[in-house]
Amino acid sequence: MNGTSAQDRIVKWIDQRLPVFTFMEHELREYPTPKNLSYWWNFGSLAGFVLVVMIVTGVVLAMQYTPHVDYAFSSVERIMRDVNYGWLLRYIHMNGGTMFFAVVYIHIFRGLYYGSYKPPREVLWWLGLIIFLLMMATAFMGYVLPWGQMSFWGATVITNLFSAIPWVGDNIVTWLWGGFSVDNPTLNRFFSLHYLLPFVIVGVVVLHLVALHAVRSNNPLGIEMKGPQDSIPFHPYYTVKDYFGLGVFMIVFALFVFFAPNFFGEPDNYIQANPLVTPPHIVPEWYFLPFYAILRATPDIVIPFTNVILIEAKLAGVIAMFGSIVLLFFLPWLDTSPVRSARFRPVYKYFFWLFLVDAVVLGWVGGNPPEGMFIVIGRIATAYYFLHLLILMPLIGRFERPRPLPQSISEPVLKGGGRAAASASAKPMEKA
Amino acid sequence: MANSKAATGEAGAHGAGETRRDFLMLATGAVGAIGVGAVIWPLIDSMNPAADVLALASIEVDLAPVQVGQRITVKWRGKPVFIDHRTPQQIEESRKTPMSELKDPATDEQRAKKPEWLIMVGVCTHLGCIPLGQKQGDPRGPYGGWFCPCHGSVYDTAGRIRQGPAPRNLVLPDYAFLDNNRVKIG
Repeated sequence: MNGTSAQDRIVKWIDQRLPVFTFMEHELREYPTPKNLSYWWNFGSLAGFVLVVMIVTGVVLAMQYTPHVDYAFSSVERIMRDVNYGWLLRYIHMNGGTMFFAVVYIHIFRGLYYGSYKPPREVLWWLGLIIFLLMMATAFMGYVLPWGQMSFWGATVITNLFSAIPWVGDNIVTWLWGGFSVDNPTLNRFFSLHYLLPFVIVGVVVLHLVALHAVRSNNPLGIEMKGPQDSIPFHPYYTVKDYFGLGVFMIVFALFVFFAPNFFGEPDNYIQANPLVTPPHIVPEWYFLPFYAILRATPDIVIPFTNVILIEAKLAGVIAMFGSIVLLFFLPWLDTSPVRSARFRPVYKYFFWLFLVDAVVLGWVGGNPPEGMFIVIGRIATAYYFLHLLILMPLIGRFERPRPLPQSISEPVLKGGGRAAASASAKPMEKA
Repeated sequence: MANSKAATGEAGAHGAGETRRDFLMLATGAVGAIGVGAVIWPLIDSMNPAADVLALASIEVDLAPVQVGQRITVKWRGKPVFIDHRTPQQIEESRKTPMSELKDPATDEQRAKKPEWLIMVGVCTHLGCIPLGQKQGDPRGPYGGWFCPCHGSVYDTAGRIRQGPAPRNLVLPDYAFLDNNRVKIG
């Protein structure tokens, strides 16, 4: 932008009136990024990529889809059979949902391991959780649109959650449905909201990025950048790293789209919705299974030594399920340790992996019928989920003795704080 | 601040001016809030059941072809309604159940206007699945009533909840017998 060529003069003319080019230069090129980011830091940009893929394929699919109970199922079949590349667009959109959640779950657990929710990144963490909640609402409503059996019964079960609310629950459910059961008005409003919410997500993603650029990226050491020697510009160092990760990710994505497009789907959803027949085994999509397990795990909450039911199992399940996400908003305060990265937290490190295993176990239980041992395992895993967040996190932070933190991001590399080989090869850099 | 001054009776000529401004602020805020509410309500209420949905709210069913022991399902307001022509044994079984065993206590007389006809909304009170038990060969659960496959709720021969996560008995719709063989639901 030195103002010599015609192109530069145009850029300058626009930039003085609308500083988009300065903005991009600051936020996408210069943005000082910790120089020690690992590949775990790829998943934020991957999530952004999938969001764009979902919106682009979704807009095109909406041109072919009919949101009416009599036509929705056949319009989806028409997309699959008659529309040019309709099968491809739909399979990308279907598996894109799965990929979106996979990437976001890794992104969230990355944040949990490296303490990315701790000061000053609390608001950044909250915005991420809001995106997650919006994603769940969007995915749920999108799954209803093909109007298969799982669409219909998933919608019925999930909207009925709100009937657990005392007194006004039934009125709320009728309002959500626009009738007395999941029916045409429900399908129409879900389509409307399924189209709307992704753009709301884009808005919150922008806020997520503004917050990120205000507090800067966390890193595997969990310590702040102390100066320019600890950072490198985002471009080209992390753009190229993100591109590489994107290539690997797209291979996985393409494998599912082209070779196992229905791997994550339910065969029952290729049967048209029938309000009079419930499928023998209703399961949500895999990314909801841990929460579904928590929903089903709770028994009636009884006042001890009496038969008086304090909270019915149904309401207790709903409270536990929503509570499992609401609690995450309080994580910056539930985790009392001043050290961010689990690398330097010898006790928490193990509990982090236990928590991850617990989430996987919950998912496994959620995918199985609520019988026999699954009830017991589901209850234990649910109890551990809350125990971990409410009791263990505060206590571990208080009693654990963290390992000493490096002085700076550069220090372990330059002064032999890390492995011997690393320090030896890094010596010449010190002079430069 | 101005409020506290006025409240303690210190309002002079100057204070009176401030009080009036506060009043105007509050009044504007209140009118604004009412206005916003008045605009939002039509938006919210438009999502409630529309007139054509409400118009389909009642149906008539001919019971003559339903044999003793047979269960039929009719669609009412988009939901299944279970009509069970109960056998004397089923009625007997339901009547001798002690109230203390019931999670949502109701006598058999309260559950069925005519003991041989049990008419209920066939939607599990847990999360809205359709319990099994209407067809020959369906599992009916240990109480011979209905069994919900989704989360394992078990209902007895009067549609009362006996086991599982559902909080209440199967809901009874409004219904009236028009004559011996015809019933109006809704």
